[in-house]
Amino acid sequence: MKFGVVVFPGSNCDQDTVYVLKEILEQEVVTLWHKETDFDENVDVIILPGGFSYGDYLRSGALAKFSPIMNRVIEFANNGGYVFGICNGFQILCESGLLPGALLHNINQKFICKNIYITPDSKTSALTKYLPRNRVLKIPIAHGEGRYYADKDTIAQMRINGQILFRYCDENGVVSESANPNGSVENIAGVCNERHNVFGMMPHPERSSDDELGNTDGRLIFESLLSYLRDLSKKS
Amino acid sequence: MPNRKVTVETARELGLLPEEFEMIKSYLGRTPNYNELSIYSVMWSEHASYKNSIKWLKTLPRKGSAILAEAGTENAGLVDIGNGLACAFKIESHNHPCAVEPYQGAATGVGGINRDIFTMGARPVAQLNSLRFGNLRLDRTRWLIKGVVKGIGDYGNAFGIPVLAGEVFFDDSFNMNPLVNAMSVGLVDKDKVVSAVAKGKGNPVYIVGSATGKDGIHGATFASANITEDSAEDIPSIQVGDPFQEKILLEATQEVIKTGALVGMQDMGAAGIICSTSEMSEKGGHGMRIDLDRVPLRQQNMEAWEILLSESQERMLMVVTKGREADVEAVLNKWDISYAIIGEVTEGDMLEFFYHSELVAKVPASSLVLGGGAPVYDREYREPAYYKEYKKFDISSIPEPADLVDVARFLIAHYNIASKRWVYEQYDTMIGTGNMTTNFPSDAGVYNLKGTNKALVMTVDCNSRYVMADPMVGTMIAVSEAARNISCTGAKPLAITNCLNFGNPYNPEVYWQFVQAIKGMGIACERFDTPVTGGNVSFYNQASIGGKEEAVFPTPTIGMIGLLENKNHHTTLAFKDKGHMIYLIGKSVNDIASSEYLYSYHGIKASPAPYFNLDEEYEVQRVVRELIARNLIQSAHDVSDGGLFISLLECAMPRNLGFDITTDAEIRTDAFLFGEAQGRIVVSVSPSRETQFIDYMVASKVPFSTLGHVTKSEIRIDDLSFGFVADLKKIYDTALEQLING
Repeated sequence: MKFGVVVFPGSNCDQDTVYVLKEILEQEVVTLWHKETDFDENVDVIILPGGFSYGDYLRSGALAKFSPIMNRVIEFANNGGYVFGICNGFQILCESGLLPGALLHNINQKFICKNIYITPDSKTSALTKYLPRNRVLKIPIAHGEGRYYADKDTIAQMRINGQILFRYCDENGVVSESANPNGSVENIAGVCNERHNVFGMMPHPERSSDDELGNTDGRLIFESLLSYLRDLSKKS
Repeated sequence: MPNRKVTVETARELGLLPEEFEMIKSYLGRTPNYNELSIYSVMWSEHASYKNSIKWLKTLPRKGSAILAEAGTENAGLVDIGNGLACAFKIESHNHPCAVEPYQGAATGVGGINRDIFTMGARPVAQLNSLRFGNLRLDRTRWLIKGVVKGIGDYGNAFGIPVLAGEVFFDDSFNMNPLVNAMSVGLVDKDKVVSAVAKGKGNPVYIVGSATGKDGIHGATFASANITEDSAEDIPSIQVGDPFQEKILLEATQEVIKTGALVGMQDMGAAGIICSTSEMSEKGGHGMRIDLDRVPLRQQNMEAWEILLSESQERMLMVVTKGREADVEAVLNKWDISYAIIGEVTEGDMLEFFYHSELVAKVPASSLVLGGGAPVYDREYREPAYYKEYKKFDISSIPEPADLVDVARFLIAHYNIASKRWVYEQYDTMIGTGNMTTNFPSDAGVYNLKGTNKALVMTVDCNSRYVMADPMVGTMIAVSEAARNISCTGAKPLAITNCLNFGNPYNPEVYWQFVQAIKGMGIACERFDTPVTGGNVSFYNQASIGGKEEAVFPTPTIGMIGLLENKNHHTTLAFKDKGHMIYLIGKSVNDIASSEYLYSYHGIKASPAPYFNLDEEYEVQRVVRELIARNLIQSAHDVSDGGLFISLLECAMPRNLGFDITTDAEIRTDAFLFGEAQGRIVVSVSPSRETQFIDYMVASKVPFSTLGHVTKSEIRIDDLSFGFVADLKKIYDTALEQLING
């Protein structure tokens, strides 16, 4: 598969993501500079990495949606292309309207970086379909604005459509208030759009993909995505 | 030239001594104008010139086969770590700004130390910090720690470099003066190091990055005076940080270096443009002609001296090969970074500054800098009376408490011992995907050198209380503890950087602490073969309140790096499984001197440094590294703050295991459990390796003893239950946040 990783001037997880895709998962990767207006049609997935796109002094992702590359990413997504935003990338996707909801300041008003646990909700999406069953994933978070919010009706609709990808839980898989690190509504850690081709999550799977760091739960998410895309290409 | 009248009184107002004013006149052959006087005042401030410390700093061991840049020659230390790589690292203080504006003070401290690293062409890969605050029950302390931690976090998290290790310590002596020491560690290809040098007549000089404003003017001078009731009025001296600008500056400078068009580069930190122009010129044996009208400003009506001294953040000075301007500018344009050519390199060693077409300052570069014309002082020192008083302490004067479980719980919840997670969870510790201790906690930070078999190991250490009790021994302990932490991961210590935080050097008793600390550091660094690669001196960490001077505990923070040759040997502090045997390497001593137990539980402030023997310490560490290399132990954790009990608890908590141990009948039980005698490491051994372990230890002749074994969850000492690990962990994890949140 061919991945395009978007690089904003304040992206700082771009190289971590490239490393995992290229060196660990052995995929083809191109980086896409924020000033570019186009990219190769053959890209299978666009990844918006973590970071602070344009400094994010206003509101995370609020400026990035106006960048030249985002015009093209939005068009790509609207044509059915796969787009995956991690952390700041998730924030940008919500700001751009490609994903429902918004990411607010953490409920404790602090930046939080630690390992947390998530459990898949929808079992049919590209990110979750091939995850091992009945297994929680240990994946780090690192954000100041990660409290997912959407109104009740939107959440209800998302539930019906299988758009809720991950919820924060404890190490036994129990979704509880004490396992919610940032106050997200219904412990939501990751979502997708109605069409199931745009994904966003606050936890960083690229930070838990390398054997040398002693945790590879994040790699399972990338592997699910790869298996899903391979299925698709077989069908077509 | 501008003609604000300059007299010895003007010099005094700018912090210069009358004899220094005379020196300036003799260098110039005339009375300096106000701009020039301002230049000398910052360049000869303690912060920039090291005038009261350099004599002693030069006694430190600075040479070693792996040292690529000797202390003082570049912006940071540079050590060869093999595979064609060099490690650039340095620690620096930002104490004074943090005392009045903790958020920006801490943020710009992180920014400044990182620029020191990437100005050498290195990419920062890890941050460390060492923090000291006053009594947590004071509102001021809570305001300071919240601001400092948020400042470090907001800047470092956006800049995108993980915090790998650090320490936080509280004591009343820091009530007015917090200490904020930030360290950065970077990597660079050995043959691609950039030097802070200006040479080649006619080469253009660029200012790159943020526009220059009135922030931070006289910051270096501010950092060279006591904190007083009026210090808040110095807030204009404090700089404001912009991590986004720093991030693009990092990426852009890395790309500029690749063009091959760069002659030299230096960041603008303390003393701004004047510092970078003079240091680069002096080093290259050239001069510069600078047109201050061309410096992009963010404020109107700035005077020449203000532009020269401004400490606006996120700026670099670059000297570029003439004719290659377009290559450099293409990179800067790509990153949307503003820049301007502000002058050129000239022959000779004269710095000439023009403003509004007028020559406003003309000074020889060499007269400004350390090792050139900057003054060097021999300060008087005298042993303070308390030193001998402290030594009179006798353990038998302290009754042994009947309830040691109560002592254990007191210490677990003590702010100097309890988990610092309230602090470090606000820092991004995992970005860069190199932190090997997230899932395998160790005594030191371990950074994966991807694509090699190695890992880079790092730590910051200093127990200020020990240094107060005995500056020489306390500093030897600081070096030893750093080395011990590195050794416990399996790595070999390589080199150090230091951040020397003391009171007023003109006070002979304070200066005695400084001199003793340097002596101790020299001896310990020789023994561990860890040369000093540079660092920072921060004097005047004392408050004058109501005319009374109160200095902080002397704190020579040691930042050390080490190398793990085989990263598969990376050893954690965590017990692995129940049934594993627990041993203590090193000897148990009947000592509670300067322990947290004595100081806080008994409230006895006067005691000497804890038991310490440098040769024993060295042997204990050597043996533990060898045990790790031979795969004979499952975990290693040193005994430090809180003593053996706390160390065992820290080994037990990560996997929710317990331990069952027996104390030594020869030693008071409180000393055995809570004493802080140095040179001890707790290791665990799996049953299958026990025979080999014992054989090796017996042959090594290093003292060791059996403590007990790892249990499923209960903690038992001499058949008495101290509770279950999960309950104690809860106290340990939450004590600090409860205190901070009030």
